[in-house]
Amino acid sequence: MKEPIIQVENLFAGYHGQAIMEDLTFDIQKGEIFVILGGSGCGKSTVLKHMIGLLPPVSGRVLINGQDMITATGKTKNQMLRQIGVAFQNSALFGSMTVLENIMLPLQEFTRLPKDALFTIARAKLRLVDLSGRGHLLPGELSGGMKKRAAIARAMALDPAIVFLDEPSAGLDPLTSAELDLLIMDLARTLGITFVIVTHELESILTIADAVIMLETDIKGIIAAGSPKDLKDDPSNAYAYQFFNRKPRRDKNP
Amino acid sequence: MTQHAALTIDQTEKALVFAFSGDLDAKGIASVWDTACSRMRKAAGPALAIDLSGIEYFDTAGAAFIAHLEQMAEDRSWGKTDITGLDPAAFDLVARIRHTTSETPGKAAAHRGGLRTFVENKGRGLDHFLQDAHTFIAFFGELVRAFLSSLAHPGRVRWAETLRVAERAGADALPIVALISFIVGLVMAFQSAIPMKMFGAEIYVANLIGMAMVRELGPLMTAIVLAGRSASAFAAEIGTMKINEEIDALTVMGLEPVRFLILPRVMASTLMTPLLTVFAILVGILGGAVVLLSLGHPFVAYYNQVAGFVSWGDFVGGIIKCFVFGVLIAATGCIRGYQTSQGPSAVGEAATRAVVSSIILIAVFDGIFSILYYVLGV
Repeated sequence: MKEPIIQVENLFAGYHGQAIMEDLTFDIQKGEIFVILGGSGCGKSTVLKHMIGLLPPVSGRVLINGQDMITATGKTKNQMLRQIGVAFQNSALFGSMTVLENIMLPLQEFTRLPKDALFTIARAKLRLVDLSGRGHLLPGELSGGMKKRAAIARAMALDPAIVFLDEPSAGLDPLTSAELDLLIMDLARTLGITFVIVTHELESILTIADAVIMLETDIKGIIAAGSPKDLKDDPSNAYAYQFFNRKPRRDKNP
Repeated sequence: MTQHAALTIDQTEKALVFAFSGDLDAKGIASVWDTACSRMRKAAGPALAIDLSGIEYFDTAGAAFIAHLEQMAEDRSWGKTDITGLDPAAFDLVARIRHTTSETPGKAAAHRGGLRTFVENKGRGLDHFLQDAHTFIAFFGELVRAFLSSLAHPGRVRWAETLRVAERAGADALPIVALISFIVGLVMAFQSAIPMKMFGAEIYVANLIGMAMVRELGPLMTAIVLAGRSASAFAAEIGTMKINEEIDALTVMGLEPVRFLILPRVMASTLMTPLLTVFAILVGILGGAVVLLSLGHPFVAYYNQVAGFVSWGDFVGGIIKCFVFGVLIAATGCIRGYQTSQGPSAVGEAATRAVVSSIILIAVFDGIFSILYYVLGV
């Protein structure tokens, strides 16, 4: 029996009352790796910002475990935020703290664990993302791939039910990108975490995604939804088929 | 809602037995961590048995805890730890976390210099100072080369950018320079008028104000205001460009950053500082006039005292300093911006260093000018 953990209902995404995506409605199931896909500048990251409560949408609802993320305030909002972890596109690690301190920060703030427990848990998170032995480094001393993994470790510090990743493979070499894909699949399988990933890396999507929605600027909405393999093999949805098979739309700019 | 974990301890002949129940997550384990660890330290073994059949929730924090207990048992050379009651996925999680390295963020503190000895710090400080001096000299060399090259090819100078910087660093600074100079002139006249009156020499306050503003305070106050205002702005601007790799982009495009970014700023600052100083001198003298007028002296008398006492040589001497101050302010701001490292506080640090360095250099060069003028009899 499917159990939606996130429900997006009639979401009009945009800034300052101007919708760039209209009437988005979709569900994300518990434990699923869900990808929001679309061309550059179509509004994927904006939708993600609405989903994590960073940016108020023009209208619509985002329900996380049945509670509206957008209208939630105070204690309710804080409780909802503890159910989610976010790794931003540029990692957003705190540059003045070491990697280990970055991961320990949410644990320090939201639990009453003794100090050696904080270290142990933070080190365990680093081991999960294959960064053992790098905890004493400052973010500026890490490579791009390491920063991404450290950001994922921090996002998972409190073992959230949902982890949002904004362009996790952007700027990474194919090998590092593939390692990151394996890590995400591993974490989803082992810990049952729901991943919501914004990306347009086709290889990555085909490898990890259970479900995909595809946003398109011209129609200001979802042009295709389903499993990535279905979208890739189904020529009836021309845009998705072209996108997944890397066929340029020659008719777009005659 | 998280339930706290509960721990039942039993010591048998074969093993120390920990039976956990409740939620083994970050919040749950907080209540049992210390109890379990301290019991481990006191117990004699000979092995550890962990029963997790009573737990309701288990995540990476719980796995880290179990792996930690296992590690403690291993460190004490106890027999193999027996873990029961875990489903295969959770057991796999514990296995993944096992043997996590024992690094602590303490290493980072050492990395940032917290544990450096006094001597090491001083040595590093000296090394840093020498490197800094080397950077300044090399940078000035590059600047002079770029300037000479721009004299030979004036079309290559970015005049529009130079004017934009001149407007921001010069025209936009007029109100603050005017306010500071007026107050300095006013306060100085007021403070000196009281003792001068005792000797019946009140009118000579005009001489004091005129000479001080023209030779010292006009140039110095203007330079300090510009150091706070423009040097920091240049450092922040260039520092941000460095972090955004814009300077690298210029370099790979074959555009010299010194000519493209720094020369317009140095030229604008060098031209604007003397102009602002002239303005500051006039406003400062005006501030003094307000005090003397309020003490009953006519403006003509004040004017005649200043004009009769301050020579063109004094004025030119003051203005020549300003050209040097202008170069120092812009160049220091740009160098500090250029030296910006990575990190969230880097631009702020660069701006602070720009202000401090330029004020120090202004003070040093003002002293050098004073000695030079004394020797030359100016």
